[in-house]
Amino acid sequence: MISKKEVEHIAKLARLGVSQKEVNKFQKELSKILDYFKKLEEMDISDVEPTSHSVLLENIKREDKADPQEIETKKDLLEAVPKEKEGYIKVKSIL
Amino acid sequence: MEFYELTIAEAHEKLVKKEISSFDLTKAFLRRIEELNESFFSYLTVTSNLALSQAKKVDDLISRGEKIDILAGIPLAIKDNILVKGEKCTAASKILEDYIAPYDATAVKKIKEKGSVILGKTNLDEFAMGSSTENSAFGATKNPRDISRVPGGSSGGSAAAVAANMCCYALGSDTGGSIRQPASFCGVVGLKPTYGAVSRYGLMAMASSLDQIGPITKTVEDAKIVFEVISGKDPLDSTSIEFQQIVARPVSDLIIGIPKEYFIKGTDPEVEKIIRASIKKLESLNIKIEEISLPHTEYALSCYYIVMPSEVSANLARYDGIKYGYSVVRQKREGTKDLLDVYLRSREEGLGEEVRRRIMLGTYALSAGYYEAYYLKAQKVRTLIKQDFEKAFKKVDLILTPVSPAPAFKIGEKITDPLTMYLSDIFTIAPNLAGLPAISIPAGKVGELPVGLQVVGKPFSENTILEFGQFFEKNIKVF
Repeated sequence: MISKKEVEHIAKLARLGVSQKEVNKFQKELSKILDYFKKLEEMDISDVEPTSHSVLLENIKREDKADPQEIETKKDLLEAVPKEKEGYIKVKSIL
Repeated sequence: MEFYELTIAEAHEKLVKKEISSFDLTKAFLRRIEELNESFFSYLTVTSNLALSQAKKVDDLISRGEKIDILAGIPLAIKDNILVKGEKCTAASKILEDYIAPYDATAVKKIKEKGSVILGKTNLDEFAMGSSTENSAFGATKNPRDISRVPGGSSGGSAAAVAANMCCYALGSDTGGSIRQPASFCGVVGLKPTYGAVSRYGLMAMASSLDQIGPITKTVEDAKIVFEVISGKDPLDSTSIEFQQIVARPVSDLIIGIPKEYFIKGTDPEVEKIIRASIKKLESLNIKIEEISLPHTEYALSCYYIVMPSEVSANLARYDGIKYGYSVVRQKREGTKDLLDVYLRSREEGLGEEVRRRIMLGTYALSAGYYEAYYLKAQKVRTLIKQDFEKAFKKVDLILTPVSPAPAFKIGEKITDPLTMYLSDIFTIAPNLAGLPAISIPAGKVGELPVGLQVVGKPFSENTILEFGQFFEKNIKVF
């Protein structure tokens, strides 16, 4: 079983606010799911290569240049921002 | 026959012959939605104005005697995690309740270019996380075959809309079965294409190495029509692939594999009976059937429920109360101290239970000290699962399995126990992990409840799957 402290630590890493009640709930639920994963412990897979994608991917690069057609989209994107100032997103102070 | 019962192919023929107009066809669906949506809750948003204006354009083309594309003037529904420019796109989440899509998803752009008529956006489990559509922040969708049951998920709104004739066809997305399982529960056809066959641009990312957009339709022929339009390489999705379809062999030459690991205890005996009967019928039609083994099947669920939440935890970091969507900043509430506080509280108030659970699980699996035990291990298991299929496909052309171990379950039956809910994906997740195309086709019924057959193929063998699907539909009469 994972500890309440671990649940709180994970929640902070995930930037999720959690109530004490939810910490208790997550503790039980996550422990049960993690227990299920114990199934994987029976496998010896030290020699196996990991797969991150089912198809072989290669890095694809493009020029770092704005698409002029996207200027209109910029307006729409800024309209969705909770707080905006002169075309920039305004956020609360960090410290 | 009512207009709203037509398949894409049938409706197209009537449009071309001027037996109906797209405007009347669209109106018929909008009336139907008005009548039924309150009971089934398939649609979150109905885009009547957009639909009727698109319909009129196609009618103009027809009246001028111009040739129209097969999808032109045909009304469809789109899962509400796929962007349609200028319309709301909520992902069934409170955090995007008022979000307006600033651009079209590539799949949407492609069907729009063909003159499609968009009726609205359909319900889903929040951010496509769930197997029942009960995780929607706005209410559960009901199964049109039995209103006390779930339509499956996460594309439950799309599957229910097709099954209840509230659209001619629909688009869904599939990460671990989210097109196939609801298609099976609602008695319609659902295709998850090969990973990379359809652009994911404009699909809200859940687990990027697994997600695919695909069609939910009344017939296999319709699935083929839609797949051909939405697939192809897209410069806006670097994981999309320029591909050549493997040439479909005649069905009579195919060798069909039956993996013994998919016929296990825990499957509803009635479901197994239907799938076994289908296989027998195929044999009686001289289709070659061979038992095969996919030995790592029992590890697929654990592998999936590590890989998927890990990707989820990274992808959903963007819903942070800063750039769009629900934000405590907008609430102008007292006591929001600093940036961290905005993150914590916006995500606490805006994201639902299952989404938060998966973010927690994924963050845990990726965190220092656990990465090797969980994420890295799961990626290695993924390699073995992929190799299982590669070996099997050296011997057989297609693999048949049930879609889900049981037919549609009751609303509320599994929602309180996440792990039991996860188990309903047990037969559909392996093809996602291996990136393979797979379809769900109606194979029979338990009482009134439909049961689907899953057909899995090699990468980019959709043609073979679809050809076989049409053969199955025609020859294996089940309803």
